[in-house]
Amino acid sequence: MSAITHTTALWYASRATGVVSLLLLSLVVILGILVNRQGRLPGLPSFAITGLHRTVSLLAVLFVALHVATAVIDPFVSIGVAAVVIPFVSAYKPLWLGLGAVSLDLVAALIVTSLVRAHLSRRAWRGIHWLAYAAWPLALVHSFMSSPDLRSGGFLVLTAGCTLAVAGAAVWRLASGAREVPRAERAAVTLMRTRGPARASDGGAR
Amino acid sequence: MTKTGDDMSKHKQLRVNPIDCAGHGLCAELLPELITLDEWGYPLLPREPVPHRLERQARRAVTDCPALALALSEVP
Amino acid sequence: MTHNATLPLPGPGQRPAAEGAIPGGRRGLPRLMPVQPVPVGLGEHLERFGPPPYRDAPRKLIGEVEAAGLTGRGGAAFPTHRKLAAMATGLGPAPVVIGNGAEGEPASNKDKSLLWFSPHLVLDGLQLAAEAVGSVTVGLYVHRNSQLYDRLVAAIAERAAAGLDAAGVELIDAPPRFLAGEESALASRASGGLALPRFKPPRASQRGVAGRRTLVQNVETLAHLALIARYGPGWFRSVGTPDEPGSMLATLHQADGAMSVVETTLGTPIADLLRRPAQAVLVGGYHGAWLPGEQAEVLPLANAALRPLGAAVGAGVLAALPADRCGLAETARVVRYLALESAGQCGPCFNGLPRMAGALAELAGLRPAPQVQADLERWSGLVAGRGACHHPDGTVRLVRSALRVFAAEIGHHAHGYCTGTSSRPFLPLPAEAAIDDEDWR
Repeated sequence: MSAITHTTALWYASRATGVVSLLLLSLVVILGILVNRQGRLPGLPSFAITGLHRTVSLLAVLFVALHVATAVIDPFVSIGVAAVVIPFVSAYKPLWLGLGAVSLDLVAALIVTSLVRAHLSRRAWRGIHWLAYAAWPLALVHSFMSSPDLRSGGFLVLTAGCTLAVAGAAVWRLASGAREVPRAERAAVTLMRTRGPARASDGGAR
Repeated sequence: MTKTGDDMSKHKQLRVNPIDCAGHGLCAELLPELITLDEWGYPLLPREPVPHRLERQARRAVTDCPALALALSEVP
Repeated sequence: MTHNATLPLPGPGQRPAAEGAIPGGRRGLPRLMPVQPVPVGLGEHLERFGPPPYRDAPRKLIGEVEAAGLTGRGGAAFPTHRKLAAMATGLGPAPVVIGNGAEGEPASNKDKSLLWFSPHLVLDGLQLAAEAVGSVTVGLYVHRNSQLYDRLVAAIAERAAAGLDAAGVELIDAPPRFLAGEESALASRASGGLALPRFKPPRASQRGVAGRRTLVQNVETLAHLALIARYGPGWFRSVGTPDEPGSMLATLHQADGAMSVVETTLGTPIADLLRRPAQAVLVGGYHGAWLPGEQAEVLPLANAALRPLGAAVGAGVLAALPADRCGLAETARVVRYLALESAGQCGPCFNGLPRMAGALAELAGLRPAPQVQADLERWSGLVAGRGACHHPDGTVRLVRSALRVFAAEIGHHAHGYCTGTSSRPFLPLPAEAAIDDEDWR
């Protein structure tokens, strides 16, 4: 009987850490967008935002690791170690777990490249970092479809909240990018905006 | 001024790539003793090399720059 | 339009030889430009100069270039032999050689004139420089002015057919941007991208076109090289000054509006070139400096005399400001152009230069607000040295010289009057500004 309790505990742990992972990953994406857009949180300096982004992403990795480990160890469902990183090879829900594996692979790439950032070309690091916009939706679909937890009650509200928050941030990111003055126009725009006597806080193309 | 033990050889120089720099301003927050921001938010770096006591903070500013625009290079 | 020497040219069939028909005749000029303002075709070029005198091995020419004391004619006046020697190390993959004929400076026409009248001297120089550094990848970077471009296409094809060129020459399109001729912008454009300056290091000499070590030489420098290779360092030094030897092309803007490209020698008195006294003279180009008229009148066109005064020969532009124009207004127009020509890559530049242009426009008006000049000076200090290229620095040099030379005029404007009686623009500026990325290709 203790064997069944043990199994249940692991399975619960996997689902719980999965939910926390999704929450943290959502937070990471939003914080990443804030960093990129030079957004500020009230009372916090810029380096706190980047610090938070980094800390939360490492926390997210921790919880993803726990989520994955408990799922693999748990004998109740058949998920081999290989299925953690190789998509679609698990016996249990191969498609939805597979998406999780892809997401994990992408997150791993993001984390590793960020740890060795100083040794990569700026272009390489940035290119890989864009994959975050793929990793998150994959994690979301994996979460939503792997476990009925998220499809009802409080967890559904949570999932909807995360989705709205990330989608909102992404839309804001896109709009902000579209509003950015293109390089070739920056000087001209600054010229237009700063005509006339210098004011205390004049415009410019920033 | 050598009581601090500053060995003038092997000092590092702060440099910024102005093309990559987007004016995030972290460097000035992390290293206010050396870096200030101009009126448009872009860093004004010291001409002098980084004193040894500030080198660790300088390294942090370099790794934390979101645009990877700041660098510490050997003084030639 | 060239400075005409009055001696007859060597007749057809006469090979150029030490005792015979060395270019320049008794007066020493012209050398690069033909005596008659008619483009020199390949046949005439070969009659006069013969084929390019290859040394049949790399590095051999460099000693002669060093003895001649040739310096770059693109504005920086860097010793050419040092550039060649640094490229000719023979280590690693073969370097790329590009002749820079972009001439983004609106007030300068010498490179276009040289390419129009004496393209084969430039093309000879390209081949000889390539041989000297061990390169077989050669390009010529020119603004796609259709007539000149077509001419050069034909000239290159003709030489290829005649088997004159050791390396094929690729013509590379330069956009009509002020910064197009900047070394790293050239490398970027020649690599297939936009003509945008890059952060240094690495310089183009380390990582240039397609990541390869690249030698960039102004087309006039290459033409001089082609003649030094034939007539030797002694001949080259027979005009000019000991420290700044040789002839040079200058673009002159007279006070009456006449523009001409002349071949003159370093050390020539400015008064000999600008025929009439002017209230002020712009020396070097739009990254150069103003000098008061009375001062410029007694100076030679030589860096030794100009550098202590904050000026330099630069790209060889001399513009005489007419008495009826306002120097502040002219400078304001130029700085506005320079601001719009910013590549928009570096915060201090695309923020500072437009604001400086605005401030100058205020100073060029009447009764500007009292803090405008202080703002201008503060911004000048803020932008200098903080770009990836020297665009902010050059602009600041021009602005500071204007504040010095036209200080009295600033005083007049503060009191509500301007001594200029004509508001007709004087200094040449292009009509169209860049709008998007394609304008940088």
